[in-house]
Amino acid sequence: MQHVSPVREPLVTGGKTYHDITQDVCRQVEAKPNIRWAIALAVSLFFLGIFIYSVYRTLWFGIGEWGLNKTVNWAWDITNFVWWVGIGHAGTLISAILLLFRQKWRSSINRAAEAMTIFAVICAAMFPVLHMGRPWLAYWVLPLPNTFGSLWANFNSPLLWDVFAISTYFSVSLVFWYLGLIPDFATIRDRATGPIARRAYALLSFGWTGSAKHWSRYETVSLILAGVSTPLVLSVHTIVSMDFATSVIPGWHTTIFPPYFVAGAIFSGFAMVLTLMIITRDVFSLKDYITLEHIESMNKVIILTGSIVGVAYITEFFIAWYSGVEYEQYAFINRATGPYWWAYWSMMTCNVITPQLFWFRKIRRSVVATFIISIFVNIGMWFERFVIIVTSLHRDFLPSSWAMFSPTIIDVGIYVGTLGLFFTLFLLFAKYFPVINMFEVKTILKSSSGVQHSHTPETMHAHSPNNQAQHDK
Amino acid sequence: MQQKIKYWKGLEELDNTPEFVKNSQSEFAEFLPVKDKNDSGPNSEVAPRRDFLKLLGFSMAAAALASCEAPVRKAIPYLNKPEEVDPGIPNWYASTYFVDGDYNSILVKTREGRPIKVEGNPLSSITRGGLSPRGQATVLSLYDTTRLKGPVSKKGNKQVEANWEQIDQEISTKLAQVNGKVVLVSTTIISPSTKSVIREFGAKYPSFEHVVYDPYSASALIKANGGAVPGYDFSKAKTIVSFGADFIGPWLNQVEFAKQYITNRKVTKDNPNMSRHYQFESTLSLTGANADIRVPIKPSEEGAAVAALYNRLAQGAGGQVLNTPAFAQSKQLDAAAQELLANRGASLVISGSNDLAVQTLVREINRLLGNEGTTINTAAPIYTKQGDDTQMLRFINEMNAGTVGAVIFYNANPVYNHPQADKVVSGLKKVGVKISLADRIDETAAFADYITPDHHHLESWNDFEPRRGFLSLSQPTISPLFKTRQAQDSLLVWSGSRTNYYDYIRNNWRTNYAKGGNFDAFWDKAVHDGVLEGVATAGQSAPAITAPMTMAAAAVAINQTARAGKGIELVVYQKSTIGSGIEANNPWLQELSDPISRATWDNYLALPVSLAKEMGIQQNDVIKVTTSNGKTIELPALIQPGQARNTVGIAVGYGRTHAGLVANNVGQNAYPLATVTANGILFQNGVKLEKTGAEKIIAQTQTHHTIMDRLVVQEASLADYQKNPKEVTEYIKISTPNGKQSPSKVSLWYDYEYKNHHWGMVIDLNSCIGCGSCVVGCAAENNTPIVGKQEVLNRREMFWLRIDRYYSSDTHKETSDKGVIETYHLMEEPSENPQVIFQPMLCQHCNHAPCETVCPVLATTHSSEGLNQMAYNRCVGTRYCANNCPYKVRRFNWFAYSDNEKFATQNFQMNTDLGRMVLNPDVTVRARGVIEKCSFCVQRIQLGKLEAKKAKRRPQDGEIVTACAQSCPTNAIVFGDMKDPNSQVSQILRREDGERAFHVLEELNVQPNVTYLTKIRNNNQTTKNA
Repeated sequence: MQHVSPVREPLVTGGKTYHDITQDVCRQVEAKPNIRWAIALAVSLFFLGIFIYSVYRTLWFGIGEWGLNKTVNWAWDITNFVWWVGIGHAGTLISAILLLFRQKWRSSINRAAEAMTIFAVICAAMFPVLHMGRPWLAYWVLPLPNTFGSLWANFNSPLLWDVFAISTYFSVSLVFWYLGLIPDFATIRDRATGPIARRAYALLSFGWTGSAKHWSRYETVSLILAGVSTPLVLSVHTIVSMDFATSVIPGWHTTIFPPYFVAGAIFSGFAMVLTLMIITRDVFSLKDYITLEHIESMNKVIILTGSIVGVAYITEFFIAWYSGVEYEQYAFINRATGPYWWAYWSMMTCNVITPQLFWFRKIRRSVVATFIISIFVNIGMWFERFVIIVTSLHRDFLPSSWAMFSPTIIDVGIYVGTLGLFFTLFLLFAKYFPVINMFEVKTILKSSSGVQHSHTPETMHAHSPNNQAQHDK
Repeated sequence: MQQKIKYWKGLEELDNTPEFVKNSQSEFAEFLPVKDKNDSGPNSEVAPRRDFLKLLGFSMAAAALASCEAPVRKAIPYLNKPEEVDPGIPNWYASTYFVDGDYNSILVKTREGRPIKVEGNPLSSITRGGLSPRGQATVLSLYDTTRLKGPVSKKGNKQVEANWEQIDQEISTKLAQVNGKVVLVSTTIISPSTKSVIREFGAKYPSFEHVVYDPYSASALIKANGGAVPGYDFSKAKTIVSFGADFIGPWLNQVEFAKQYITNRKVTKDNPNMSRHYQFESTLSLTGANADIRVPIKPSEEGAAVAALYNRLAQGAGGQVLNTPAFAQSKQLDAAAQELLANRGASLVISGSNDLAVQTLVREINRLLGNEGTTINTAAPIYTKQGDDTQMLRFINEMNAGTVGAVIFYNANPVYNHPQADKVVSGLKKVGVKISLADRIDETAAFADYITPDHHHLESWNDFEPRRGFLSLSQPTISPLFKTRQAQDSLLVWSGSRTNYYDYIRNNWRTNYAKGGNFDAFWDKAVHDGVLEGVATAGQSAPAITAPMTMAAAAVAINQTARAGKGIELVVYQKSTIGSGIEANNPWLQELSDPISRATWDNYLALPVSLAKEMGIQQNDVIKVTTSNGKTIELPALIQPGQARNTVGIAVGYGRTHAGLVANNVGQNAYPLATVTANGILFQNGVKLEKTGAEKIIAQTQTHHTIMDRLVVQEASLADYQKNPKEVTEYIKISTPNGKQSPSKVSLWYDYEYKNHHWGMVIDLNSCIGCGSCVVGCAAENNTPIVGKQEVLNRREMFWLRIDRYYSSDTHKETSDKGVIETYHLMEEPSENPQVIFQPMLCQHCNHAPCETVCPVLATTHSSEGLNQMAYNRCVGTRYCANNCPYKVRRFNWFAYSDNEKFATQNFQMNTDLGRMVLNPDVTVRARGVIEKCSFCVQRIQLGKLEAKKAKRRPQDGEIVTACAQSCPTNAIVFGDMKDPNSQVSQILRREDGERAFHVLEELNVQPNVTYLTKIRNNNQTTKNA
């Protein structure tokens, strides 16, 4: 038996039974599309169209369609890449690290967070390919045996490390996510009435029967995958940060980058999870599963990581001053007071100042405030990457090559286009896949729901009153 | 009747079955598995659909396959190989470039019969192997698609193609019947044979005149000096005082003067002396940027300044003192006067003014100082400018008066480049026969009845006499591309002569220059060398001078101009890139940024900061300029440090309307803004400025102008250098446990071992004058694309080599009393009259290259000879290398620049069949999406090594030279093998080690193979690192 602190708030509210959970989650999958969902999908598809058009322009005419120049060779492309990769981090953190730490509150949000990871990584992966001058040769970055002679990839290059980091991250996340979906797919399969749905979900559930052996194997594999994923939470963004940290450009060449990037990634990831969850719980009426308790817990993570990021920003300035290096000092003074000061101060406002509002319990527990602040953090973290990339490059060593960057319509199109891609994927997921991990929520129902089973006639089971030991492990 | 023999196609036809008869009507006689919709066979429901899909699939696949196939371009080998042409091996021909007053003796590199590069001819003692930017670019003008393909004559109001026989006949007839004077208008001609041809041609007519004018004329200089430009020799001058003469720019002989100028400005420990150069000017010129002491003055003050100098010298050297107005900036003038007096006979005073009074005083100053015979070679006057403004003005009036019967324009385009273009146009209407020898329908040729296009100079024979006694030849390096005819041949034909011009030159040389002996051998040597020097010649006929101006008259004139100088004054100047605009249709010259403003593809209103602040003008605001004679022009403003207060500058050479697609409507024509006086044209005027509210953005290749106190360029004063050469350069040291060390001693890297060669370059910032010749030379050698104004605005110009130009600032970190942030902002502001420093910046070929480590596909690697190599084929275009390059010298192919409609106009060298002939076949034309950069001309290195290998020896120093080093008129760039202890590079590095040699950004420890030498300024100051 687990001890449940009486002070701790329930993670599932509304007196849900096991059957209610199944009903509530499967309802979305089985019912006709919600009109709000359909509108959202239409909007997302429109932006996806913009994405396709912008990508066509880029591929057909060349990178010259973007606003880059000989001084600023990366701008929105890599900003978007790092931003999307960062967003992905929350999913892995929630599903892997919080699983290892036995944080029960993760159960109702991990599915959607993981899906978000997958889709964010898909969006992120667009950029390293699209930003290439000759994307049709992108496979050359892979160490493939070839007949070109002694050609091989350069293992010194952080971009190559990126290739491995991102592909590993994507495949592990995908397997982990899918594995978790199998028991729930089986539930949907069993409830399915139409022949197509039955066949489709039967295929997706890989013949899951729910036998004890299946459960035992499932638990083992998910623990192993959690173990594999845990270092990825730290490694992926560490490696992404090395794209910058190992270079010689002032403002990039910084040892603080790995922890600072990881904290920033989790920060932005949680903000995005919040943005999505607050919408999903409203649209799909899942307020009993994604409760204020969840929101508050995530806000606490945001306040922690946001503060780490803030400290990192200040540390960078201190080190620039302390180093006595002219170029380093100028790079940071230029960030704050140069022509891109507005980007820097947008970043500071959104990332350092707004999350501090979560120190107030009222704000932390306000859905509206949380939603607004989560959007702020998303914007701020985009600006953080923009500031790092563009303001460092645009004024580096030789003043003669200092230049400004301004995006073209295609730059903007690709960025909002990936948002379209992301939301299209997420909306399809939300409609056809169980957005909440049913079987995991059921495991915490006994210990963390508001239902006081021993003192009331109500039970967690709709039909079989005394079956308490079933999920104790 | 003849019996018809019947042949049948097959047995079916012979049998002539009903089935055959039926099928023979259809296209495919045999069965095709498609049935008509109406065909009602037993399987008619099933078969058509399947067959249709089958056929559909097949035709789709076939269409897809067909579209994959690249169009076939036929390469046709020689059937009979020309004797002198070996595929892959260049031939070199000595020739001469003389356009627009810019004289260079050149060598033309041809590959498979097409000229692809022009280089300086080291045998010429005038240009000594140097070549001006315009000379470098001339090879591209050969392939200009705008050139006429054949003669043109006017039918009604239209100019239509004609043939030579017909046009010659018509012209001869018309000229024979001409009613009035026959005039040949040309710019300066320095060819003795051409002048002789013109004389012969003119002799046929009762009244003939050869009118010579120069668009940017030196008429006053010529008139003040007895009919020719004095033979200046800057190499002997210890003190140079220039009043607005841009002598290492486009003034007269850029390369010759630059070579002379730099001769006694190269300092070493053993010879730590250099000339001192004072420049009094209004617009910051290339020469002013190189001056030790530069004083901004208004154009109206120039006379007063020259007169004040004259008076001081007259007091010191004994002469008649003039009564002229005082000059405000007398401190610098006093210093200049003192130094001039101390260096009598070893000094030079010059002026770029076209005011006869000023030039008269300057001549007297040089006489007073005893410079004639020392720094002025009286035996070898300069002939590259001979134009006479008054003759041209008189001719324009004669045309309007209707006394001119026929006019022939040879290298002359007065409708564009004469201030009285409107009067030229109105006059031309009254001229009966108008013939143009222009190579295109230019502004003047558009009014011509006949255009008989001249060859390009690379297709022509000609001779030249740039200075008295110095002859050179040009020879064709390609057979004429079009049905053009050399201008001299046209004149010979019209004058009824049967000789062709080639024989004419030979005869002329046989009579005048050959000293007996075998003429063929003499001629062959002259053609081979391209030059013939030390010849006693008769000199060139001088413009008629009525009477030289007296000193008293000059003083009166100066008093008048000084009084007139109120309000804002305009200086109309020439850029060293475009010059007078004759070759404006050359995209290399349009994209080569102005050495000072770094602007491309436009002219603009150069405005001093003070005036901009006063009038609230921002950079790029379009300003309406109205001159005192009512002419207006609208141009964007460019805030130009060093521009004298209350003056503005506008460059000529832009605003062409009939130059060709590249130059048409680029900028505005500034010629009409010049002042026309009875004595000639003054390239200045009083103006009013008005804001129009519009904005036009100027495409600059550099938008940040100060050095921000960084140790990127280093300079010191000559006084400091003489005191201790070891202290002029600041070397970065890094603190280590073993004390302060040079960064190269603190390394985590293994060093490369160079067993055979280690290529390196030394760039002497003290010798670099910033002319940009190396940039064009590099573009020609390495096929770098031209991207046009919009892409320059996008900061995507593709030149591998750029010249960084930094202005000094008044604010310095050490001395500023402001806060850090404000100090940095103030450091971005150039001084009002800044010191200027140029720094050629190219791939530094780092031994610890940051670009090499970051490429994920190893497309950029280090060679065993120290080169940083770029494998275009391997590049996937992540641009990480370009980001990580501290020098920002890597260039990315943002678009396909070749075979791309978007760049067809500006980059015609990669987009038209004609233009592509200029490409260097030894260098790949890069594809879209790959990075490119300076390769140290690896193709030249490989060639040099191969040649040496064939001769079983090591390459000798000087055999392998990069295009930039070869182009440099001042030998500021030296390239060679650092492994060879006797190479020039090694010697300089040994000599300058610890003194002037430094690496840019040494603290990064990237260990470049390019070393810079600290600039030394002879300005009496001891402040360092301005």
